[in-house]
Amino acid sequence: MKVAISVNGSQVGADVEDRTLLVHFIRDVAGLTATNTGCDTSSCGACTVLLDGRSVKSCTVLAAQADGHEVTTVEGLAPGPDQMHPVQRAFRAEHALQCGFCTPGMVMAAVSLLAENPSPTEEEIRSALEGNLCRCTGYHNIVRAVLAAASERGGS
Amino acid sequence: MIPAPFTYRRAATVDEAVTLAARGGEDVKFLAGGHSLLPLMKLRLVVPPELVDIGGIGELSHISEADGHVRVGALATHDQVAGSALLRRELPLLAHAAGRVGDPQVRHRGTIGGSLAHADPAADLPAVALALGATLVTRGPSGTREIAAGDFFTGLFETVLEPGELLAEIRFPKAGPSGWSFQKFTKRGIDWAIVGVAVAGDRVALVNMGPTPLRARAVEDALASGAAPDEAAARAAEGTSAPEDLNGSRAYREHLARVLVGRALGEARSRR
Amino acid sequence: MSIVGTRVVRTEDPRLLTAGGSYVEDLRVPELAGAAWATFVRSPIAHARITGVDASAAARAPGVIAVLTAADMDDLGPPPPPPPGGGGEAPVPLGGPWAEPLLAADRVRFVGEPVAVVLTEGRYQGEDAAELVSVDYEPLPAVVGVEAALAGQTLLFPGTGSNVPITAGGQADDAIFDGCDVVVERTIVNQRVAPVPMEARAAAARWADGRLTAWLSTQAAQLGRFVMAGVLGLDPAAVRVITPDVGGGFGAKVGVDRDALVIAWAARRLGRPVRWAETRSENLVAMTHGRGQRQVIKIGGRKDGRILAYRLHVVQDAGAYPRMSGFLPFLTCMMASGPYDIAHVQTAYQVVVTNTTPTGAYRGAGRPEATAAIERAVDLFAAEIGLDPAEVRRTNLVPPDRFPYQTAGGARYDTGDYAAALDQVLSAAGYADLRAEQARRRERGDVVQLGIGLSSYVEITAADAAGGETARLVVHPDGTATVYTGSSAHGQGHHTAWAMLVQDELGIEMAKVTVVHGDTDLIPRGTGTYASRSLQIGGAAVHVAAADVREQARRVAADLLEASEADLELDAERGLWHVRGDPEAAMTWAQVASHASAEGLAASVNYTGGQPTFPFGTHLSVVEVDTQTGKVRVLRHVTVDDAGTIISPVLAEGQRHGGIAQGIAQALLEEVVYDGQGNPVTGTLADYAVITSAELPSFELLAKQTPTTANPLGAKGIGEAGTIGAVPAVQNAVIDALSHRGVRHIDMPLTPARVWAAINGTGVIL
Repeated sequence: MKVAISVNGSQVGADVEDRTLLVHFIRDVAGLTATNTGCDTSSCGACTVLLDGRSVKSCTVLAAQADGHEVTTVEGLAPGPDQMHPVQRAFRAEHALQCGFCTPGMVMAAVSLLAENPSPTEEEIRSALEGNLCRCTGYHNIVRAVLAAASERGGS
Repeated sequence: MIPAPFTYRRAATVDEAVTLAARGGEDVKFLAGGHSLLPLMKLRLVVPPELVDIGGIGELSHISEADGHVRVGALATHDQVAGSALLRRELPLLAHAAGRVGDPQVRHRGTIGGSLAHADPAADLPAVALALGATLVTRGPSGTREIAAGDFFTGLFETVLEPGELLAEIRFPKAGPSGWSFQKFTKRGIDWAIVGVAVAGDRVALVNMGPTPLRARAVEDALASGAAPDEAAARAAEGTSAPEDLNGSRAYREHLARVLVGRALGEARSRR
Repeated sequence: MSIVGTRVVRTEDPRLLTAGGSYVEDLRVPELAGAAWATFVRSPIAHARITGVDASAAARAPGVIAVLTAADMDDLGPPPPPPPGGGGEAPVPLGGPWAEPLLAADRVRFVGEPVAVVLTEGRYQGEDAAELVSVDYEPLPAVVGVEAALAGQTLLFPGTGSNVPITAGGQADDAIFDGCDVVVERTIVNQRVAPVPMEARAAAARWADGRLTAWLSTQAAQLGRFVMAGVLGLDPAAVRVITPDVGGGFGAKVGVDRDALVIAWAARRLGRPVRWAETRSENLVAMTHGRGQRQVIKIGGRKDGRILAYRLHVVQDAGAYPRMSGFLPFLTCMMASGPYDIAHVQTAYQVVVTNTTPTGAYRGAGRPEATAAIERAVDLFAAEIGLDPAEVRRTNLVPPDRFPYQTAGGARYDTGDYAAALDQVLSAAGYADLRAEQARRRERGDVVQLGIGLSSYVEITAADAAGGETARLVVHPDGTATVYTGSSAHGQGHHTAWAMLVQDELGIEMAKVTVVHGDTDLIPRGTGTYASRSLQIGGAAVHVAAADVREQARRVAADLLEASEADLELDAERGLWHVRGDPEAAMTWAQVASHASAEGLAASVNYTGGQPTFPFGTHLSVVEVDTQTGKVRVLRHVTVDDAGTIISPVLAEGQRHGGIAQGIAQALLEEVVYDGQGNPVTGTLADYAVITSAELPSFELLAKQTPTTANPLGAKGIGEAGTIGAVPAVQNAVIDALSHRGVRHIDMPLTPARVWAAINGTGVIL
């Protein structure tokens, strides 16, 4: 079927199999490979992107369901490495990533959280990120980064 | 993993959804948020030839009140339900429980209708619907039906829904000032309940204590005849047939049901 | 001021945060254009004879290029002989009659074993076609668990006559417990867990002009090249292995798995590039698992708390193929007595095969198992004599004046102050207050009880230090530098740390230092990243190379400045060379390097001078246990992890955080479970309970540095401290919370159901 999705502000259209998963549309059609797949059961959150501004697991959404909607991936958060989004900056400052595989999804989950709750407590952050697995950091610095990003945004 | 091939169709209205489903035959599945269905399709445990996407039907995501009832469209997401000011005021049990389903991403996509129609005995909202005495409104080829939640669930992942019949709306009587509690016992926050308990006033419902969500009738009867909460809670496992799995034996689940019902009754009383 | 020890943010991160890494599945390089997609057909049965494979329906399915099975492997020679050391203590496959094929031919030995590979134009077609490959299995009884393996009713390798390929260690002699007031013996389980790197396994391969290029998600590119060349019958020079970004490994990506070898072979067979990235469901059954030991511990001592004798007997579940020979239990036994000075220590082990996924290295690889055993034993002993577990530890820790300390197990502990680590943790945690709070809750009969658990540990890192590591450092004529390292970062931050080392030694700013790893054409010699070896061996190699370059530069600068070499000074703050006493007339690295040669200055090092090191520390865990439900909540986790000199505190803390979380996860949640027929019950991440942010507290890390003399950096390894220290601290804490109710031991993971069963004395294993 024909699908047209706004990905990071650009219209991406293609004729794809009906069963195409959004994560594969993003990676293989839109050519944006930051968004990863880490499981088969919507458990790990590595594929998290924003769909119309809210976090979703793009492995559990059909491209067809996103037809006509807006998708934001980590590549679309900021113009480039020199002008990072506050959440990206905080992840770097707090060493909230190691191997980087969960990172795009984790960042998008954090962005979605802060959009809904601009000043979360540590407990709220821990609860809001429970759908995103990280095997490297023990989450300690991820939580600190989200707290730091929240306080930076609160101050700006 | 990838679902087996299927044909995708999109419905813009309930009527169109029902028509498309009727045309597609018995094995057609409705697709709402997809968070119950797509994971099973990716594991190829479910292989429907055709999906009718009802996710874009605008008329099914309302949350409103009328005639002493609260009406929740089947497509209201868990996130909408959890955040609704109306529900938090009138049906705090429902709003709270919806906020405990899955994780934020799941709550952004998953819908109340999908959760009820999927009829997973380990899911939270079916038991909540039982405790709140919900009525499920369906639309199908043969018209509209109103089904009491207690009559809706018939077995493991089974309901009275006929092929091509769509769950459109859930109606809840306003709870009034009765106390409520939702106890969800899990290994991890994101896990399905090992056992869950929903209490609304004098109604007590259990998650994952049998092939369907269950009313804890023995507890309710004991309370009705004046038993103290602890005494009533001791009967929580009566009439259940809990599963055995990695997370616990039947005996452990029965024990948990008694403990959690006791805690739920205590919390509900404190909220009156 | 030196940059060493300062809090530097990582150079790796801007790319990972804005564009994402480039993992194998992300590669869009022209060499892989038109690559076929590989999907494995895996055994759904734990133990069976294969009586037929019918791929005809799959071969006709849309997009199918080929379906290949073991029968197609006629272009491969006999399997290379097992590498030297097989059958003993080296981490190499046992081979011989226990050899593991690339694709199963006549017998499958675990669910997930690859039987065929389907090559298709696209990924979706591969999954469809793989379902159509029909394999006839004649089921055999499955051997699940070490007891069944030892019983030997069914043999995995009938020709060998046994399920026990390796037996080592001395005879048990109870005389060592003579003179003990108290002796406690217990059989405990260190359960099988899954490493679950967030990036599962992946490989891509392409042949051109008789030469193989393989992209591998690996921790050791050069080892990958060696193994690939051996299996495919090639000169190693005909193999180029490239390691793109790697999404975690935790030990399970050190070796080259048979699946990746099949990809390289299939690409040659097809005459077309092939790529593969496994699903998580495959990963959970086909990547090696970790741990998997049944341990019998026996400890004895005096009523005053002095431990006199300890015995450990290990049965290691190797899974279906002994990929690591005796390495894991060997390390467990070597480190058996932990940080304690015990007069008599006896160890022995057996390795058994079972119809389950092969086991291998997982963060700690044998040492967490040793620590778990002795730390449980010490708590059992303390409980038996009624002394505080902290006191019993202090009584028995190797005192600081005994280093280097030679253990009965054959280890030579380099440096340490074990009691200081214990006391630092007790003090920071407020141990006395915690015990008082615990006493109050017990007295009140609270539903939620408090538990305090300790684990004092010492571990061995860079056990294979003698294997060395390479570094090549080039200072270019423009004043920038490039480091080519044999270490293989997959999250550790080597690119940052190695640049810090160069800046520290030469004064070339980190921003001007590029670090390259994981391309065997650029770095033909190297060892890789495992065993917490990278900083102390690979980093030391960079350090030595930098010192070499500095001395070369000194000669060049002396020539340029017309001074004697002895009078030349490097201002490592500013990266300038000058004559002593005349800092104004200084020369930059660019000037010196461009004068040296057109290529600049360069040094190549294979650093083999290091020795194994022995990091140590103490973990203290505070937990709450709901005695009505069995649910455990970790409130605090306080640790000292002394890894000698810390180059980057930020990276070292990150290693500790991750390891602690994995340790808490093993203690409370994670276990690979099989049913009686060898079917995995935990085959997806919905069932295999990886720990999330919501189950963890923030960690309280204390600083302590006792440098080693084993290498010029004074550094010990930090990568595995977390899993080694945390697991028994948490396990001991949960048991401690229930000790007043007579609970002495609960096997891991301490799930609510297990804890509840222990509280109720039902003894039900759930």
